[in-house]
Amino acid sequence: MKSRRQFSVLRALLLCCCLFAAGAAHGVLTIEITQGVRGAMPIAIVPFGWSAPSTPPERMASIIGADLARSGYFAPLAEADLPSRPHEAAAVRFPDWRMVRVDNLVIGSLQLLGPDSYQVKFHLFDVYKGKSLAGYSFRTNRQGLRRVAHQISDIIYEKLTGRKGVFSTSIAYVTAIRKGNSFSYALSVADADGYNEQVILDAPQPLMSPAWSPDGQRLAYVSFETGRSAIYIQDVGTAKRTRVASFKGINSAPAWSPDGRKLAFTSSKNGNADIYVLDLGSRKVTRITTSRAIDTEAAWSPDGGSIVFTSDRGGSPQIYQVSIGPSGPTGRPRRVTYEGSYNARASFSPDGSKLVMVHGDRGRFQIAVLELKSGQLTIVADTRLGESPTFSPNGDMVLYANEVKGRGVLEVASVDSRSHQRLRFARGDVREPAWSPMP
Amino acid sequence: MKNLFYWMSIMLFTAGVVGCSATAPVEQGEVSTPSARGAADQLEGRGMVRDDASRGKALDEGSLLSRTTIYFAFDSSEIAPEFRDLLRAHGKYLASHPEIRITIEGHTDERGSREYNLALGERRAYAVRQLLMLQGVAPNQLEVISFGEERPAAFEHDESAWRLNRRAVLRYPGR
Repeated sequence: MKSRRQFSVLRALLLCCCLFAAGAAHGVLTIEITQGVRGAMPIAIVPFGWSAPSTPPERMASIIGADLARSGYFAPLAEADLPSRPHEAAAVRFPDWRMVRVDNLVIGSLQLLGPDSYQVKFHLFDVYKGKSLAGYSFRTNRQGLRRVAHQISDIIYEKLTGRKGVFSTSIAYVTAIRKGNSFSYALSVADADGYNEQVILDAPQPLMSPAWSPDGQRLAYVSFETGRSAIYIQDVGTAKRTRVASFKGINSAPAWSPDGRKLAFTSSKNGNADIYVLDLGSRKVTRITTSRAIDTEAAWSPDGGSIVFTSDRGGSPQIYQVSIGPSGPTGRPRRVTYEGSYNARASFSPDGSKLVMVHGDRGRFQIAVLELKSGQLTIVADTRLGESPTFSPNGDMVLYANEVKGRGVLEVASVDSRSHQRLRFARGDVREPAWSPMP
Repeated sequence: MKNLFYWMSIMLFTAGVVGCSATAPVEQGEVSTPSARGAADQLEGRGMVRDDASRGKALDEGSLLSRTTIYFAFDSSEIAPEFRDLLRAHGKYLASHPEIRITIEGHTDERGSREYNLALGERRAYAVRQLLMLQGVAPNQLEVISFGEERPAAFEHDESAWRLNRRAVLRYPGR
């Protein structure tokens, strides 16, 4: 563990050097493994070969290793413990790798083909069977190297776990930056590991609650730019934005229906916070909840047949579920959570079997997963001020916001809570992450 | 404790005056960004916050009317007895000045979820509005706006900051 931490620091330093050299504006400065992986699949990822005398333009093996470790299913061998550094299949001696007890081995090379043109090759081996499981070659430019590394991570992940990798997806989040007496806010989109940050909206007033459309093309979010909360939809590619809800009172917590045609949201236009559904085509608004309590933070089930939401109708915030038909609710809301004094901001796993939520108990606000069938609640991140959890689109990981040493950061936990990683951003308080759907 | 709240209120209010004066007036529905921020920053600089000259002239100096912040317990919108006199004074003042329209801002601490807190902030502001209306203030004099946990007055991540952030603030025009 210690060696990995040192490795991490070294890598951070190297990355910093790369950043200055490339002059690129990356969002993340370091990725720190805050909790090691127990019982995860040991894998060796050899630094990719690079023929030129200069330092390689991207540390492909580090990116892949960080991706795989973040999933919780893999434990990459520390660089210092590698018995050898082959770059080609012919140079691999399997007994060496059995000695260090890794199940799988990844090797590869990076080659400069011409001005801003690179070839990336990689092989994945089963060390015990002594055979190749996958081998690919990619051609890309300098800008595309990280993307290729994430694609390689996806291939490895799918080959070895049988499930889709999510390393080529994106995350959206809000950054608050304090400048003397005031704050400025930014809505950004970055790669799933926090790199390649692109600011898609700068605002002098608070921004909240980004939510991806199911096709990954648009983001709904809350902006206070008019002085009070209103819901906007922005096309991520064209930056075209539309205000879709600015009723009297609060307008918040937008949630797309799985077919992308409707937006559930919270409005207090009738006196207190209730859930409504806006049909994006007809602009018709349907009321879903009518209690005198706070009802907010709607999230759709993957089949579109129900909505979960936070309500304090029972005295404290808890999660409720209501069935939804074409013309509104088709039953009474049913309470879903009973453990803990505060449960809020729930959302479904992609298969609909679990909810992830903020779970408040004895003054701590942790991130918990509720198995809907059994009712079993598991803490996946023991945070003091955890917020805004979201499942990865393959359901294997949970991304959430946390406060560490006075600063808002994003963290990733595997759903089985075995691994935790922290994405450290270069600037500001980072909060309210939303994980994009699969491309 | 009461004394501390008193001075905090004065400080927040005065800082609010300084923060607001440079930006759009409240009655236009533009709630200026620097107001809450300014308050927190100036909490650190004590020399400035006792500057009586910048305090509003319509409000009686040193009276209950100079206090414009009401504090709440965690996840609660119940108005504690210690703030009833303050709200009664504002209610009487506003009832006798029907031309004055104010904004009631609701805020929360950072704990729990942001969207829930936005609704909780609104409920706090409505609780204050309700009490003012009992004093005869007309509904159209009172605009409610919630910022949830988005505009803290104090930035630390502990109870000392949280109790200053769980608040409703009465914003008079031009102040």
